[in-house]
Amino acid sequence: MLFVTPLLLVTAVGVAAADLYGTEASVRPETAVSAAPPATLSASPAASPYPPEEYAEAGIALARSADAHDPVETTDSGDASHHGGGYKIVQWEWSYVQTPYIIAIWILVASVAKILFHFSQRVTTVVPESCLLILLGLVLGGVVLIASKKQLYQLEPGLFFLFLLPTIVGDAGYFMPSRLFFDNLGTILVYAVVGTLWNAFCTGFSLYGMKLAGIIDEKVEGGMMEFLLFGALISAVDPVAVLAVFEEVHVNETLFIIVFGESLLNDAVTVVLYKVFISFVEVGPGNVQTADYFKGVASFLIVNVGGTLVGLIFAVLLAFVTRFTKRVRIIEPLFIFLLVYLAYLTAELFSLSAILSMTFCGIGCNKYVEANISQKSRTTVKYTMKTLASIAETIIFIFLGISAVDKSKWAWDTGLVSCTLIFIFVFRALGVIGQTWVLNWFRLVPLDKLDQVVMSYGGLRGAVAFALVVLLDGHKVKAKDYFVATTIVVIFFTVMFQGLTIKPLVKWLKVPRSTNSKPTINEEIHERAFDHILAAVEDIAGLNGYHHWRDKWEQFDKNYLSKLLMRKSVYHKGELWEVYQKINIRDAISVIDQGGNVLSSARLSLPSMASRTSFSEVTNVTNYLRENGSGVCLDLQVIDTVSGGKVEEETETHHLLTGNLYKPRRRYHAHYSRHFMTVGDKERQDREVFQRNMRSRLESFKSTRHKAKGRHKKERSQKKRKGSDAKEQEVNGKPRRNVSWQDTDPVTAPVDSPEERSEEEADKDEDVGITFVARKHETLKEPLKERPKSDMLEVYQSLAVIPPSPTCAEKHLPWKGGGGTLPVCVSMETTKIIPIDLQQAWNQSISSLESLASPPVQAEPQHPRVRALSRAEAARGGNSGGSDSGGSGPAQDPRFHFPNDEENGQSLQQQESQPLMSSMKPPAPPQVSSTQGMGRRPPTFNRNPCVYLRSLVSASPPGSEPRSRGPTQL
Amino acid sequence: MPFMPEPDPDPWQLRRLNGPQDFGSVKELATNPIGDRIIGAFFSQGQETVDFHSFVRILAHFRPLDKNRAKRPDSPEPINSRISKLRFAFQLYDQDNDGKISRDELLQVLRTMLEMQVTEEQLESIADRTIQEADLDGDNAISFDEFRKSLEKVNIEHKMSSRFLH
Repeated sequence: MLFVTPLLLVTAVGVAAADLYGTEASVRPETAVSAAPPATLSASPAASPYPPEEYAEAGIALARSADAHDPVETTDSGDASHHGGGYKIVQWEWSYVQTPYIIAIWILVASVAKILFHFSQRVTTVVPESCLLILLGLVLGGVVLIASKKQLYQLEPGLFFLFLLPTIVGDAGYFMPSRLFFDNLGTILVYAVVGTLWNAFCTGFSLYGMKLAGIIDEKVEGGMMEFLLFGALISAVDPVAVLAVFEEVHVNETLFIIVFGESLLNDAVTVVLYKVFISFVEVGPGNVQTADYFKGVASFLIVNVGGTLVGLIFAVLLAFVTRFTKRVRIIEPLFIFLLVYLAYLTAELFSLSAILSMTFCGIGCNKYVEANISQKSRTTVKYTMKTLASIAETIIFIFLGISAVDKSKWAWDTGLVSCTLIFIFVFRALGVIGQTWVLNWFRLVPLDKLDQVVMSYGGLRGAVAFALVVLLDGHKVKAKDYFVATTIVVIFFTVMFQGLTIKPLVKWLKVPRSTNSKPTINEEIHERAFDHILAAVEDIAGLNGYHHWRDKWEQFDKNYLSKLLMRKSVYHKGELWEVYQKINIRDAISVIDQGGNVLSSARLSLPSMASRTSFSEVTNVTNYLRENGSGVCLDLQVIDTVSGGKVEEETETHHLLTGNLYKPRRRYHAHYSRHFMTVGDKERQDREVFQRNMRSRLESFKSTRHKAKGRHKKERSQKKRKGSDAKEQEVNGKPRRNVSWQDTDPVTAPVDSPEERSEEEADKDEDVGITFVARKHETLKEPLKERPKSDMLEVYQSLAVIPPSPTCAEKHLPWKGGGGTLPVCVSMETTKIIPIDLQQAWNQSISSLESLASPPVQAEPQHPRVRALSRAEAARGGNSGGSDSGGSGPAQDPRFHFPNDEENGQSLQQQESQPLMSSMKPPAPPQVSSTQGMGRRPPTFNRNPCVYLRSLVSASPPGSEPRSRGPTQL
Repeated sequence: MPFMPEPDPDPWQLRRLNGPQDFGSVKELATNPIGDRIIGAFFSQGQETVDFHSFVRILAHFRPLDKNRAKRPDSPEPINSRISKLRFAFQLYDQDNDGKISRDELLQVLRTMLEMQVTEEQLESIADRTIQEADLDGDNAISFDEFRKSLEKVNIEHKMSSRFLH
């Protein structure tokens, strides 16, 4: 820490300089408003378009004007910043930008400070960040104080309650582990309500007692009500401080949720006590009537229940709104921020508990909103919230430090400070022990002594208390300055001393830590089963216990709430399925993160999977294939199809590219859309990779193939046409490089155009991609195919005969689409469209195959095989979530295209697109096949390819080809 | 009979159970996706009745773990220990009692738990994934050991205990 300080100083000085300037300037408007010194006004720029009031308003946010501030100073800055006359090329418009500028600078300082702290791992592991930030604040405050003789910045209650606190609470509420929270709700409520009341009254009365006993100085004027008021505001455990400290301590979840939940829910108690006592102080203790006490109780109930209700209403509203954002994905996150924030503001509006409101809004809406919005939006929401909360927290702590360096607000009384420190600690401990003793009669898993120690010790006070104490009216509460000083000391003591020591304490006591593990599908399934079991057992025993009501709630939720608040497509997906997909995606990402080549390497080791031992075992083979084919493949599809997995996709692609970059010649497409982000040329590169792989494969395969098989595959591929650019690529790649194909050659030229088009579409659709709807029809068909894995061969054979039926891809799609999200369109297109295009392509390909003589035979077989392989690969790649680098690229293209077509035109466009597609592609049967392949291939491909692959594998080393998975699997 | 829970007998005797029908009279069980299996767990093989004694023994699985009792090393495995709780759950999956949860068995459970919400392929892929995740010895089934390991991090004591059986 020591050696970090110099660094900080440097920044601090630099910042301070900037700040000072800002401060001076910012003072001007305020003074102008209040005192309206003519000098300042005249000096202030005629150029600035805004009247001074606005500055003043904005200025309040960060810069705090001192009433006595010398106007001369202001004038100086004003002169310096403004031109004398005539036109100047460069103008100094500080007053114009000052407020946002200062805010931005502060945020920048806070962020840079964070970076600096984390340069030294040793420091941050020992010292909580909050401590460092407060220290930094102290330093900055000192610099400002020295430089300007006045403390210009302070944690403004308005700023704190309206902007900083909501960001933190919103984040906490939205990402609250709801199951854990509700499992412990009873305990949390007891601590929050009873505990806070206990703390407030005990501290208040004891301090008053100390005052009477003369231990607290006479100067601290105040009666019982003042001390009770102070007790109320100092007794509440602070969510910001608790979060900041406990996040680094990693105690077990139960402990964390209890302390943190308490800190959130005690807000209602604090607010009510604070308001009640303030009114009592104003009226004077003598005038308080009995009725007022009852009013206090009533207002407690109203503030509580009202706050919760407001939160829940907004939660329902938010969930309901997100049902309909399908076409405006780009503003989805905005709705969430706005409505959650509105929940907070509305509660403030009615002086209800805003924290409660926001917390319950977050908890309530999370499930439905997360299900409704796209994957991208989810990521956006998550990161935005975390970023905001993190920066708000940083600013709060820095400003706490700065605020402390303000002599004018301090009035020190050793007796008051030391008594307060002792009392809050003692009463906290007593309260926790007493409540725990009672609670343990009811708790399933009793809280043991260690938990109680941590809970007592974790009773951190923070910025809420500070903001409340600053809000006090100095005229009515005479001892305000003493209270402020004491509050600051208490906060510093709890955050810094306790925050610093709680980690070693937890280690020393060996308090069980949280295990940082990701959920596995096993846990998900079995825990659900446990819930059902317990609900059943409680029913059998005839008792309406927790699980009974939980079960009832789930039923209600499923039958009514979810129906109302979730999109139909989402509602029809099982929750478990969602979990499954999430886990799959996670695995896919982690696989990719391990290195682009993991995809290409034949064996996939999924992190969440236990060690997979035998590929060789016959039983496992099918399973493994299936897993890789369906499960892994799923990932990709999931990513693509399920709500815009762009992010994952991009990551994936990126890794792929870094892994096997094959520099393509590019054509430049300019896309501009404000509403959609462009995918870029990734697909192309992927294609290249794919081609490359295909080439190598072809070479290896050359000798193996038979014509017949080749045909089948060709046919299939043709049938599958729609989806895959990849196939197109294949085709293109093959003919060019290895053999000259009659069919393919013509194809190549046209291919490009469709591809381009597809890319464009893809770009548009990407965001929309999420939306693919209505898959069900296909799904039904597919299951049949899927099941008989053993029949794969038959199926495969039959495929040739049968018009392209929905293949694995479709199957996959249905899953994703389970809700109807995905590829219905695809399947539809394939079935409808295929006939025309296919016929052409088919005929061409067949004729070409037949026409080819023995010498060409090799080439021909290769093609079909290649295609098949490519299909398989594509299918796998697509399905497997980028397992195949090449495959993924092509696969993606097709997917995107379809979705794009679908989404854009929906049904109408589909029809339109079909002809277009055909026109575009007609020359190239392979293209057709590729496209179709996207949709259909996966199932058949997986199976068939596997077989082929086996044979192939013997010839070619699996490792060499990225897509060789199939073989390797075998 | 290592350890018998000793709940107040009154509520139990009021509910003498003579057969599955009596369980069937509990309405909520009908809506519980795995209610049938749980009812089945109360009956030993071939029997159509359950006496009070074994009824309570089953319920005893769900007593919260008593730390004092658990600390006695000489006492046999209490019926509400973590292992026993897990074994009870395991047996709900393992309907043919071969000590393994096969893919089919898992599929059955999944099917009931997910009802009509997902397609058969989805079910299968979930089941496959589940098995692969847990299957350590590669037999394409989940043995009790594997089952236990896959739930190592789960707070079974909490999740498989019911408050009223304190």
